Order: sequence, then structure tokens, then C-alpha cells
Amino acid sequence: MIVMAFEYKRLNKTTKIILTLLLIAGCIVLTYMLDKGIIGTSYTVRIVRISVIYALIGVSMNLVNGFTGVFSLGQAGFMAIGAYTVGVLTIPLASRPNVYYLVPISEKIQDLVMPFGVALIIGGIFAAIFAALIGTPVLRLKSDYLAIATLGFSEIVRAIIANNQMWPITNGSLGLKSIPTFPSLFIPVIISTVGIAFMVLLIKSSYGRAFKAIREDEVAAEAMGINLFKHKGLSFIISAFFAGVGGGLLAAHLTAIDSNQFKIMVTYELLLIIVLGGLGSVTGTVISSFMICSGKELLRWFDLPHSIGTWKIPIFRPGLRMVIFSLLLMTVVLFWRRGLMGRKEFSWDGIYNFLRRWPWRVRRLIRGDYSKKQEEVTPNA
Amino acid sequence: MDQVTLFQNLVTGVSLGSAYALIAIGYTMVYGILRLINFAHGDIFMMAGYFTIFAVSSFGMPWYITILFVTVVTVILGVTIEKVAYRPLRESPRMSIMISAIGVSYLLVNSATYLFTGLPRAFPQLGFLQKVYHIGDVSAPIVTFITPVVTIVILFVLLYLVNFTKIGMAMRAVSKDFEAARLMGIEINKIISITFVIGCSLAAISAILYFSPRPMVFPFSGFMPGLKCFVAAVLGGIGNIPGAVIGGFIIGLAETFLVGIFPQLTGYSDAFTFVLLIVMLLFRPTGLLGEKIAEKV
Repeated sequence: MIVMAFEYKRLNKTTKIILTLLLIAGCIVLTYMLDKGIIGTSYTVRIVRISVIYALIGVSMNLVNGFTGVFSLGQAGFMAIGAYTVGVLTIPLASRPNVYYLVPISEKIQDLVMPFGVALIIGGIFAAIFAALIGTPVLRLKSDYLAIATLGFSEIVRAIIANNQMWPITNGSLGLKSIPTFPSLFIPVIISTVGIAFMVLLIKSSYGRAFKAIREDEVAAEAMGINLFKHKGLSFIISAFFAGVGGGLLAAHLTAIDSNQFKIMVTYELLLIIVLGGLGSVTGTVISSFMICSGKELLRWFDLPHSIGTWKIPIFRPGLRMVIFSLLLMTVVLFWRRGLMGRKEFSWDGIYNFLRRWPWRVRRLIRGDYSKKQEEVTPNA
Repeated sequence: MDQVTLFQNLVTGVSLGSAYALIAIGYTMVYGILRLINFAHGDIFMMAGYFTIFAVSSFGMPWYITILFVTVVTVILGVTIEKVAYRPLRESPRMSIMISAIGVSYLLVNSATYLFTGLPRAFPQLGFLQKVYHIGDVSAPIVTFITPVVTIVILFVLLYLVNFTKIGMAMRAVSKDFEAARLMGIEINKIISITFVIGCSLAAISAILYFSPRPMVFPFSGFMPGLKCFVAAVLGGIGNIPGAVIGGFIIGLAETFLVGIFPQLTGYSDAFTFVLLIVMLLFRPTGLLGEKIAEKV
């Protein structure tokens, strides 16, 4: 055969459904095995937990930044609100005097204990209310002013949490501890999955199309009759809600929190996740969240001292890991701007054709007729 | 508040404000030309603080050589950042270049933590700068009195540079319209580099003046001053050099007096700056001295 053009083939529907079901079943089995300790260690379970939590928060940030084109840097603040709400509401009564040992807990909340799920939703709602309050002034601003203003609000949240007047509630700079953790790995996995699924449905709805229109061109979107303020606000508030829920999950994951854990560096890390995954790709964010969270643990090797024989290599000391991480972010931003997935999503067709394309390329290489310009036939999606 | 405390606060506030003003000029000039918030500017300022420590503690330089050394090294750092991280993205969307700036800031903080450890380092005594000086009942280190003078002198030099020299004219042209300036034979890259040279040397001088009356430098110590100075630049009207100085003074004085009058609000002094920013953006988005810019489609 002389014609070697690559043909983009689609899998038939049944195959895709079977593959999807297999993937879901695989995830469930994997979670179960991790949870029961059949595979991996408690360390692996911790990494998986933090990855799914960051995936949820990452997707929530991508909803605003990647899909709506609003450059918001307030995620750490929303997370702090959610985390503190969950912390305050779920610490068992018995351990409260231990936690609030310097300033006693406020009388209004001292007997208030809620189940984890309720506290989580309340945390999300608080974050959403806060987003609604600041959204009114902030969303009127243009791109870079908005970034600075959201960043500022995130710092204000931190300042308020650590402030003297808030000691009876937030325990100030001492932070909260003895927050009950998850009884099983399934809880964070399921909550994250449900949250991400909700956001995917939102993105696929008419609201999602309006978000994307705003991202592409605000003026044109407005001319098409899209209410800019309403849609940006909606995206901002929903994003804050899930960031709050994610923060609550993080509180339960860590069991001890303090306001310094919600510094702007957290937002920068989330930014790294969504930029690496692709601004505007949900699956990209999920994949890169797992890559970054596990990568951060694996790279701990760089923080330890190493030696060749008796000679201690001077570059290995604490902090090298984060330098490598920031260099990674810079590399992605400068040379690989689309990230892993660009704006595409994971699809079986994509995987199938990706796998098929390699033998095709090799064959072309062997025949040696790659000098001829051969177009790859790609479907118009 | 009695008179002595009032004057004491005034002196501290003006001095802090002048240090902020110098950083804010760097923000405002870069923003005026590139339309980019240089998120890394505060961290360049922090690095300048570390360079000073090394110049004095490790190499034992005298104070005048230290100032020169720190300025040169900081300028090299800033211009390198511009060449590596901002120039390749000049044609790409605003968001990418802003993410790149955040990436640089992240990299600088992490590098500082790695190179100098996360522990605070003592800032060295620089010649006569820390000697305490008395005017009436008000006492402060000499550097507190020098800072405003330095700032005002630099302001006038810059105003001369921007308004009456060829380079200044080129800068103004580039900030108005990139393409038109290029067609007029202006070397855009050179002008942008010069802007970064000015901005970074001011950050270096500001770092010496700012850290001298303070005991410590740590990797995050550039973050808050950086954000505040951006707010200062916005308050004064971004792109406007005298505006940045006025904004810097407002933030410095407001912060000092807030803590002086309401000591219980100390924890909110950082937050207060952002409240100021929001209020300003809502009522006068172009800042005190800014020009109105029509939205381009």
C-alpha cells in the first residue's frame, strides 16, 4: 500500500462502555485493596488521599481559571474556611479542652459537634458565601487586578483566622488538632468523585458553554447576550464551594491544621497542578494532581543527604525538592504551554488512536518515505 | 496619642512609605510597559536583602561597595528573569505571562529556602546606617531619616529621565503602543531591559533601606512588601511614577498609624492594605493620578 495517511478511527459505543465500566471497576477494586492494606502501605494510602483531595480543589480552580478565564488566586482562602469549619465542628467534645488549652472555646459552639458530612457541606457553604460577598466587588475587576484582589482576600482570611479576637473559635495561631480522620479511603475518593462529576456536568451544560464563551472573548460573549457578572459569579461561587469542601477533606486528612498551611504557596501549587494538566481540562487536572502529589513524595529523595563513598554531595539538602518543582512549573509554562492535555479531555478514542499512531509512525520510518508530506487525517470533532 | 508618639509614628511611617515607594516604582514601570504584574518583584527585593547579608558577612565589604555590589547583582538577576521567563511569552495571552511571573516568584522563594535555609538571617550593620539619632524626643536609626530623602531624589532623577531624555521618550512610546514604537525604530527589547534595570536597582536600594532597621531576612520576607507595593502602585495610578511614590507613602503611613492608634488591630495591618485596594478599585479604578484608558476590543 502506498497511501499511508493516518486514519483516525473511532471505537464503537459498546467497546467504550465496557472499557469505562472496567476502568470504574478497576478504580473501586484498587481503592478497596489500598484501603484493606492488600497492596501498598499506609504511606501509599496517604498519597492517594492527598491526590484525590487536590484533584477536587484543582478542578474547582480550573473551573474558574481554565474554563471561565477569570484569573482568581483565592483558592487557599476558601480552603482555609472549609478546613476550619470542619475542624471546629468535628473535634470530639472530649478533646476540646486539650485543643483550646490557652483560650477556652466560645460558649456558643462548645457543645456543637456535627457529623463529618454535614460539617463538610457547611464548610463548603461558608466558603461559597464568602465568595459571593467578595465576588460582587472583585468580579468587576479586570484580569490582573482581580488576581491581586483575590490573593489579598485569601491573605485577609488567614489574618482573620489567626487574629486575637478569633481565638475562642479558631484557636488562633495554635491551630486545631485532634480532628477525626477518615475511617476509610473510600470517603475522600467518593466525595471527590461526586464533586468533580458535578463540575463536569456543569461544564457540559449551557452554563459551561457560557463560561467558555466568556473565556474566549468577554466582549463577544456579552454581545451574544451572556450575563457576564452572573456567569462569572456562578463559576466563582461553585469553585469556592468545592475548594471549601476540599479544604475540609484536607483538615480531616491532616488531623491538625493551622493558618500557616493556607499560605499563598498552596494556591501556587494548585496553579502548578492545573497548568501542568492543562488549563481547561478536567481529566488533565486529575492526572496531574496524582503526578504532582506523588511526585512531591518521591522527590523527597532529593532533600536527604547523599554521598559517593565518603564524599558528601553538597547539593542534596532540604529544599532542593521544591526548587526542582518550581523549575518544573517554569518549564511547563515556557516550553509546554498546553500542559498534559491542553483543553482536551481523556477519551477512549484518543487513547486508541494514540496507541495506533505509534506503529504507524514506525512503519513509515522503516519504509523511509517520510520525506513526502503526509497529512494525518484527523476528524473534525 | 501625644505629640512625641505622633511624630515617632510619622517618622516611621514616612520612612516605611519611602521604601515601599521605591519598590512600587519598579512595579509601575514594568506594568506601564509590559502590562504585566511582575509577581517576582517582591522576591527580587528579598533576594537583594540576602545579597546584602552575603556581601557584608561573607566578603566583609564596606558599606559603599556593598550598595554597588547588591545593586549590580540584583539587576543581573532581574534582567535574566526578564530574558528567560517573560520575553518568550510576549506574544502569548496575558494569563500565561502572569503564570510565568508567579512561577518565577515561586522559584525564587524556593531557591532562597534551599540556598539560605528557611531560618531567618540577621541583617548586618551597614556602616553608619543603624546609628540611632535623636531629633527632640524622637529617636530612630539614621536610615529612617535618610530613606525619604533618597526616595525623593530618585523620584526627581526618574522624572527627568522619563520626561526629558531620549530613553524616556522611547519608554513612553513603548508603553503607549508596542507596534507603533517598533515601527518608529525603537528597539523594544532594549527599552524593556532598561526598565527592568531601573526597577531592580530601585528594589536593591529599597531592600537595603527597608531591612536596615529590621532585624531579619527570611525567604518570605519579600512577599508581603511586594503585594503591598503593587497595591501602592495601583493606588497612585498604575504606570505613573509620582503616583507610585504617593501610593507608597499612603500605604506606609496608613499601616503605621493603624497599628499606632489601634494596637489591637495589629494582626489586620496586612489585610487593611487590601481593603484599601478594593475600595480604590471600586471608586476610582485608574488610581489617584492615573489616566482613563478605554477598553479595546
